Amino acid sequence: MDPIVATTVSVISAATPLLLAANGELVAEKAGVLNLGVEGMMLVGAVSGFAVTLITGSATLGILAAASAGALLALLFGLLTLGLMANQVATGLALTIFGVGVSSLVGAGFVGTPVERLPRLDIPGLSDLPVLGPLLFGHDALVYLSVAMVALTAWFLGRTRAGMILRACGENDEAAHALGYPVIAVRFAAVLFGGVMSGLAGAFLSLSYTPMWVEAMTAGRGWIALALVVFAAWRPWRLLIGAYLFGGVTILQLHAQGLGLFAVPSQVLSMLPYLATILVLTLIAAGSGRRRLDAPACLGRPFRPPA
Amino acid sequence: MLRIEARPEPSRRMLLATPFLAVLLTVVSGALLFALLGRDPLVSLHAFFVTPVSSLYGLGELGLKATPLILIGIGLAAGFRANVWNIGAEGQLVLGAVCGGGVALWFWEVDAPWVFPLMVVAAVAGGMAWAAIPAFLKTRLEVNEILVSLMLTYVAVLLLSALVYGPWKDPEGFNFPQSRMFGEAALMPPVVEGTRLHAGILVALAVALAAWLWQARTLSGFTLKVVGLAPAAARFAGFERRRTVWLTLLLGGGLAGLAGLFEVAGPIGQLVPQVSPGYGFTAIIVAFLGRLHPVGVVLAALLVALSYIGGETAQIEAGLPQAVTGVFQGMLLFFLLATDFLIRYRLRPVARRRGAEGR
Amino acid sequence: MSAPPNRLELRGITKRFPGVLANDRVDLAVRPGEIHALLGENGAGKSTLVKIVYGVLQPDEGEILWEGRRVEIRSPHQARRLGIGMVFQHFTLFEALSVRENIALGLEERYERGELERRIREVSEGYGLPLDPDRDVHTLSVGERQRIEILRCLLQNPRLLVMDEPTSVLTPQEVDRLFATLRRLAAEGCSILYISHKLEEVKALCERATILRGGRVVAVCDPRVETARSMAETMVGAAIREPARPAGRLKRAPRLLVDRLSLEPEDPFGTALRDITFLVRRGEIFGIAGVAGNGQDELLAALSGERPAPKPEMVRIGDARVGRLGPTARRRLGLCVIPEERNGHAAVPELTLTENALLSAHGRLQLLRLGFVRRRAVAAFARRIVERFDVRTPGIEVTAGSLSGGNLQKFVVGREILQNPEVLIAAQPTWGVDAGAAVAIHAALLELAERGTAVLVISQDLDELLALTDRLAVIHAGRLSRSFETRDVEIARIGMLMAGVEEPAPAEAS
Repeated sequence: MDPIVATTVSVISAATPLLLAANGELVAEKAGVLNLGVEGMMLVGAVSGFAVTLITGSATLGILAAASAGALLALLFGLLTLGLMANQVATGLALTIFGVGVSSLVGAGFVGTPVERLPRLDIPGLSDLPVLGPLLFGHDALVYLSVAMVALTAWFLGRTRAGMILRACGENDEAAHALGYPVIAVRFAAVLFGGVMSGLAGAFLSLSYTPMWVEAMTAGRGWIALALVVFAAWRPWRLLIGAYLFGGVTILQLHAQGLGLFAVPSQVLSMLPYLATILVLTLIAAGSGRRRLDAPACLGRPFRPPA
Repeated sequence: MLRIEARPEPSRRMLLATPFLAVLLTVVSGALLFALLGRDPLVSLHAFFVTPVSSLYGLGELGLKATPLILIGIGLAAGFRANVWNIGAEGQLVLGAVCGGGVALWFWEVDAPWVFPLMVVAAVAGGMAWAAIPAFLKTRLEVNEILVSLMLTYVAVLLLSALVYGPWKDPEGFNFPQSRMFGEAALMPPVVEGTRLHAGILVALAVALAAWLWQARTLSGFTLKVVGLAPAAARFAGFERRRTVWLTLLLGGGLAGLAGLFEVAGPIGQLVPQVSPGYGFTAIIVAFLGRLHPVGVVLAALLVALSYIGGETAQIEAGLPQAVTGVFQGMLLFFLLATDFLIRYRLRPVARRRGAEGR
Repeated sequence: MSAPPNRLELRGITKRFPGVLANDRVDLAVRPGEIHALLGENGAGKSTLVKIVYGVLQPDEGEILWEGRRVEIRSPHQARRLGIGMVFQHFTLFEALSVRENIALGLEERYERGELERRIREVSEGYGLPLDPDRDVHTLSVGERQRIEILRCLLQNPRLLVMDEPTSVLTPQEVDRLFATLRRLAAEGCSILYISHKLEEVKALCERATILRGGRVVAVCDPRVETARSMAETMVGAAIREPARPAGRLKRAPRLLVDRLSLEPEDPFGTALRDITFLVRRGEIFGIAGVAGNGQDELLAALSGERPAPKPEMVRIGDARVGRLGPTARRRLGLCVIPEERNGHAAVPELTLTENALLSAHGRLQLLRLGFVRRRAVAAFARRIVERFDVRTPGIEVTAGSLSGGNLQKFVVGREILQNPEVLIAAQPTWGVDAGAAVAIHAALLELAERGTAVLVISQDLDELLALTDRLAVIHAGRLSRSFETRDVEIARIGMLMAGVEEPAPAEAS
């Protein structure tokens, strides 16, 4: 394979978990809920997907398990923040700490065991095309899903009545309630969707990106996904740009390490995705006075309907 | 049927009671977890919570692990009060270890009384510098401090790793990724015979006391609360939010840096790739469990320290995976956040409403 | 043949909240095509009652009859399906969404996008309420926003329209236009339940009025034959004493001087201040009228020091040029402020009264020693406020949030007045407080001016300013009009200025 094509394929691969997780978080935030537990939900998704795939031999079951595990943690988050009105920031942090602990407890027995990589969906003929074949076809199902979900989310939020109601709940919860919309139920659904997507993002890591389980293998990707939502100004299509940009940075530094391109320690190159996140957040903050308009107005605010 | 009802006043009794309730619920769930893992719950709980503190050495370990948790917890709690979410204390701790440890390595052969104070200054400055980045970005550009401080944690860990795999590697260390052992003047000797407990615990307690006085009795401490609860009221009162952001982040960073130094100059004695088992993150739990109050933080730190040692003991005695510690800590915070509901709301049994008619 | 049934009838509606009986066996009947007023003070239970009618709240007891049939209104959706429309006091609008989306969210019927736009244009033109469906709400004026709320209702051909204090945010001219729309609707057979505490309006518009006090119906009357005073006394349950009209106090030395103050807004939705110039003399009460959102908040922040002015000479207290100083430094020079919002601005609801006393008094009173708080002195100060200003509270260690609006406002006013200010600035000092507290607050402001303080009152309530001030000016779009002697001012002129119809003339020279 042409090296440029190969690199691009690996960029797509590196971007996919970010895209999945950020997409889920975007929907939750559009409904007005800030869930900082993405990292924890991803880890639990990663370990569940890995374990179930290994035990049952079925990647499909593994992916379903990952999605359910993510949703389960999101359910916990929803019960606390939406049911008991706990502080969303604190609960999100708790979710991450809990997710790290649970995943390493569950995964203790699986460390170092390999698993078969998710099958590529080869389309005979098309996948063999030069350049376009490997670029557009021949990825695994989660890669396609990640892009399809962006389109679906954009359509849902922008074009459907349900999407409009979801945005209304994030924009002004009291008004949405006064007009008779079930704010808490809508938010719950959005949080659960976020959990499913984070779970899938985790499954992609442990089943496709590096098909094995390593403790804390998300390495901050959940947090980068949170930053991507800010980067995208809460617009689904922009997530695509952000995720692929970050995928690019990740692959670039890996290649630079592999080739020994720069006379710096590999650790310094590994810092790049994190430094890039800070840089991007800074540039966005510096560049826009309209940012207040982009963020859902009720983001992170607890809401309890009067009895 | 139970009805949820807002209390007219937040309950102060519940404010004190819910941390205990949360601990109780955690222990009960812990027993269930042990049973689920196929262990005798009572034996496991005993190994987890009692064995570690039934010896002098164990008590010393408790104090040793509580020290960084108190130091960092105090700093974070001050920030959380003011709605400043520094969650990168782990990175600030690492920077403290790097800077303080760097001084120790630089003056490796010097045996002078000024070496250690210089290390302290360097460690505190290092932690502060790391925390100054999110403070600067937040006060200048409103960049989210949560994400920035967290990203910097990964950077700090990689920096430490680059140093101990590279220039600071012990030349006589058989190529292990670790630095030289620090010199005598750079180490913190045990203060209690038969334990590893060093003077850091005294510093931590003194810091807690000072923080208590500061927060309860001074205008500057009062400012934190007002900024956190009502930013507009803070402006009205003439309290500057920027100043509070800087103050709390620098305080949190400095104390985390100090905690990092105490780890490398105390029990570890050199720089290694991992200088902390996640104290910077666990201190978040400590701060909440301690009700963001310095005295509460000390008590919470002791309890959470127990979960660290318990995890180790349970691993040795009951063969439980050490990850149980993380699960316990996560559960504890969950239960606390859940039971905190009782501070502002109460549950009232109600009779079915009269005169209600279906159609 | 019997008369047609009432459009809406409530029988024995009771609603309890923890510690409060909001509605106590309320009966109410609205006839077809009637404009019916629901009158009462703040806290009398009007809003709770209409939320029950609209299905937002469920009654604990009692029954609702709709066109003679007994119904349960379980949700706003159901209310809308019955034909009930509601315009809320606090608009139920979504700033970042378009007019079309905002209207769609309030409709039961689903429309195709184009069809909805056509209907919006049709109805809005038919009723003379022009609106562009594609505009985002945050770009609209308050009057335009209210049109969205009304259009939302009109699009579903309502049989009962509930309006909760609709005129508090409108200029006198906008009020006239709204009344014309309401009268036309009533003529077409739609009943209107009109909630207000503005009695002149009710006299002008309504055929019948139900008056609530303390959650109970205390009278049903015909407002056209009652006097405003008689209705007010029924509302309050006591005889009302008009505040004494202040005498002229115009010769004294200026104390607060604002000179060509211009300030860009901090907030993208804010208003820029442009060349604001006025002065307030010792012993004078100066008023600033205007519709909300015309720069009042920005002006208050610039005067209090929460946002420094660009140049020091733009704001002066006596001879001191304070434009660049912060709130604490300005307070030391004698400038005290009562912001409009009690919860979270003037006071912190989660903190105790003692802590709230410290909040703004730490700079001007001797409450600190070497940075440490003198706790006894603070407690004594808090107690003095409670006693002198008749704040009803079980003690000074309860949270500010547990006090009623009127009591907390008395506490805030007392806290600033007891600091003996040279200049006092009060924004909406009686907004949302009961009549008793309002009378007490007005009396306190008059007495303060009597003792020589320069008082500035910024208010949307023109009646309040007319009763209280010696001179007043109008703020519109961040510009201040010239000032008028309150005694000889024409209300119509003020109304025009509030609507921005007449370009404000250059402000008078000091």
